[in-house]
Amino acid sequence: MYDIAIIGGGCIGALTARELARYRLKTVVLEAAADVSAGASRANSGIVHAGFDAAEGSLKAKFNVLGNAMMESVCEELGVEYKNNASLVLAFDEEQKNTLFELMERGRKNGVTGLEILSKEEVLRREENLSHDVAAALFAPTGGIVCPFTLTIAAMGNAMDNGAELLTDFNVVAAENASDCVRLVATDGRSVKAKYVVNCAGAGAEKVAKLFGEANFSVHARKGEYILLDSSTAGYVKSTIFTVPTKAGKGVLVTPTTDGNTLIGPTSVEEDTFDNSIRREGFDDILSKAKKMCERLPLGETITSFAGVRAYCDRHDFVLEEGGERLFNAAGIESPGLTSSPAIGKFIAEKIAEKFRAERNPDFNPRCKSYAFFKKLSVEEKNKIIAKDPDFGQIVCRCESVTLGEIKEALTRNPRARTIDGIKLRTRAGMGRCQSGFCQPAQLELLMKEYSLRYDEVTKNGKESYILVGGEI
Amino acid sequence: MELICIQCPRGCAMNVEKKDGEVFVTGNFCPKGKEYAISETVEPRRVVTSSVRAEHGRVSVKTDRAVKKTEIFAVMAKIRAAKVLKNVQIGDIIIENVDNEGANVVATAPYRV
Amino acid sequence: MKRDLVIIGGGPAGLAAAVAAYDAGCKDVVVVERESAVGGVLKQCIHNGFGLTRFKENLTGPEYAHKFTDEVEKRNIETLTDTFVISLDDKKRVTCMNKSGIFTIEAKAVILAMGCRERSKGALNIAGTRPAGLFSAGTAQKYVNLKGWLPGKLVVILGSGDIGLIMARRMTLEGAKVLCVSEIMPYSSGLKRNIAQCLNDFNIPLYLEHTVVEIEGKERVTGVTLAKVDENKRPIAGTEKHFDCDTVLFSVGLIPENELTKRAGIGLDSRTKGAFVDGDRETQIPGIFACGNVLHVHDLVDFVSEEAEMAGRSAARYVLEGEREKDYILTENGENTGYVLPQKLDRNKNAAQKLYFRVRSAFRNAEVVVDTGAAVKKFNKIAVAPGEMESVTLGAEEIAAAKYVKISVNRRA
Repeated sequence: MYDIAIIGGGCIGALTARELARYRLKTVVLEAAADVSAGASRANSGIVHAGFDAAEGSLKAKFNVLGNAMMESVCEELGVEYKNNASLVLAFDEEQKNTLFELMERGRKNGVTGLEILSKEEVLRREENLSHDVAAALFAPTGGIVCPFTLTIAAMGNAMDNGAELLTDFNVVAAENASDCVRLVATDGRSVKAKYVVNCAGAGAEKVAKLFGEANFSVHARKGEYILLDSSTAGYVKSTIFTVPTKAGKGVLVTPTTDGNTLIGPTSVEEDTFDNSIRREGFDDILSKAKKMCERLPLGETITSFAGVRAYCDRHDFVLEEGGERLFNAAGIESPGLTSSPAIGKFIAEKIAEKFRAERNPDFNPRCKSYAFFKKLSVEEKNKIIAKDPDFGQIVCRCESVTLGEIKEALTRNPRARTIDGIKLRTRAGMGRCQSGFCQPAQLELLMKEYSLRYDEVTKNGKESYILVGGEI
Repeated sequence: MELICIQCPRGCAMNVEKKDGEVFVTGNFCPKGKEYAISETVEPRRVVTSSVRAEHGRVSVKTDRAVKKTEIFAVMAKIRAAKVLKNVQIGDIIIENVDNEGANVVATAPYRV
Repeated sequence: MKRDLVIIGGGPAGLAAAVAAYDAGCKDVVVVERESAVGGVLKQCIHNGFGLTRFKENLTGPEYAHKFTDEVEKRNIETLTDTFVISLDDKKRVTCMNKSGIFTIEAKAVILAMGCRERSKGALNIAGTRPAGLFSAGTAQKYVNLKGWLPGKLVVILGSGDIGLIMARRMTLEGAKVLCVSEIMPYSSGLKRNIAQCLNDFNIPLYLEHTVVEIEGKERVTGVTLAKVDENKRPIAGTEKHFDCDTVLFSVGLIPENELTKRAGIGLDSRTKGAFVDGDRETQIPGIFACGNVLHVHDLVDFVSEEAEMAGRSAARYVLEGEREKDYILTENGENTGYVLPQKLDRNKNAAQKLYFRVRSAFRNAEVVVDTGAAVKKFNKIAVAPGEMESVTLGAEEIAAAKYVKISVNRRA
């Protein structure tokens, strides 16, 4: 029997699990996919929003500003890439310029510091590749970027290092009430018992809430499509570049990622199904908008395109409240959900600790080793590591310079990579310009060895996503 | 009959005509093309390349001469059934007389057990 | 560590360059190779068709590679395998990493022979899902030929590059059903002989002027939809063809791997995606040479070897004799020419030099015009295609008199 079961291993579930690990509580995270960070936490813009966008007094505004303030130290503890690169909202005419002033005012009320309006000249001095049609921009020095999937993976790993458990491929389809607990049943018949459940199921949160009775919110899916450029474009833009927001959201942005790539997107498409395919029109939509914002877009350096499905809620705000005697809903965590995640995790954990009168866990260690630790070392330090473990001297992924040592770590550290995508998200192997063309066979053999699998049992991302289905010749 | 010569990367577009039992080839750059064009009208043949299972990994192989095109899949079946258990050098015979017409399957890479 | 000549890459280009440099008198040569064995991509190219120009023999890839590894071994040329070059600088310092650690080799001369990579599916902006079962043709080739594992049984191939065509035949021979090859251009980018022996022999249809409009499948690919394209390469509504498949191979072009080159500050030509070089295959940095597919993508390994030997001899001379005074003229691509290589010629070289060029589009009855500013030379070709590299040799005197070299290809009536 667990004290707490968290349904959903996205950034909210992972950071909630980590915050709960600060207390003497037995926690399990139930993830429907084969790995954590499989939904919106995998495919999003990776932006740490300043907080001028959300309506005054909303939960979004509150947690955005709190989360923004926490992000740097959380990332430092977890060894996750974070960069305070500031953001700019571009205005191209007088009307949009007025919107900038509204945003600045709203930001001030939300508690965002350092906001200022820049003139055309000041904007172009900061960012040489922006369109000369820009009229002015809102400058937000607290804006930043973070790697969303390593944040999620590292937070889960840190929770597990401190005692939490993770069950993957655990798709909760039933919640049965008992006198002192709830029994959560997965599609494959496995079940766990927990005294209290936190619903962090993202796009599936409404479905999960309904397993416990009525849901007083509804969650819909909204798809965002992106184009990713190679890290050879690093420095093309320095800050995150937005246009003024519309009802549909924050619009297309152009931003560096923490790994030096340039990311363009997202579109915003309302979907009935949770389908993450990319529409042909999506590309035109992204590119026509980005071309208005920027000049000399290095599109020849495109390495991939992808789509993420995000939850959005009919309340247009986060749902962070009890949904029954044994349920807490953390639902409708749309943008700025990633930014808010450290603050949301802390808020939920404190609520639960109070409810359970839980004691602090004196052994809690907030730190974990960075997946990127090796890359950051000096030549001397790298040589010391290689002398101890020669696997760190052998490159497997040539595009992103990922060593065998780093991949072996990803296979053995919490939460262990079990799929090709799992290795990719942890180490960046296969994320570069060749998109795993050269190193996938080597990764496949490492997975075979680690988990005693046959060649045809290795998957891209779990379930039936087998890499090789043609048999042995 | 029109055909592309496969004897070299030049890939000559050739034309083959039969008149009074005699074969006329045009479009070929060299005599090899003519020879190929004629054989295509009589009995097309191909060199088959593949790999044979070994104790560790695989050994690449080829037929040491062209086999009848109609026999390609029969040759492939024999290649698939074979296994290399000893050291081989390039050119060593792995399957003798694979097409019953004298073509052998030979190693195209060295292999050490 | 100090060495006379460091060759980055132990594929066909690096090996041929090493042997040529050695034979030209530069004995202190080391070849740095990132994989566990030299030979490069030839190790997995088990099909034949190699060496016809150079050896007058129809060799398979491993056999062709072996001819060079043999020569390297005979000369006792050092090869550092499982060693990855992390950086190269303009002082010719080559920093490497392997299981023994990170170390720097100070070289008198360097030859870049890193080869190329396949353009990835991701670069194509294809609509649809991103399931398992999408492979670069070369990745599939590695699985099948080196591991014996077939990626799938029902295959659609996007792009008609040579590796895709070769894999169409290879997977067919191993029992897969190749449904079609789709090419966006009105002509194949592969060799004609490969269309004949890899597709026609097995009745595999080639759809020219077609593109993929959607990839389907959640976990594993379940199908693709192709459509014919208009003159702007946009799909034409109503021309869709759907194929159920479990595997999609991409053979959509090769890109020279010039990350090290760029970081060393060597200028790249946007046409070839390789370094700017002269007839010696020397880059803008004296003593750094480039050859093979890292310089420009070749159709045939025979020409890679030829070019690599040129670079090897030039590097040896640089090591033995030092920098030479050069008097450059530029080569230009005229009408219908995609690129000319080398991009500059040394009028002091006093030797005949071969210029390679590619046409922009495929047509028959072509007239090649070589204008040197001092003379114009013309010759006819029956047919030209972007997939097939052409060449012309200029004599020492023609080059000495030239003001520039401009190569154009015209259509004859």
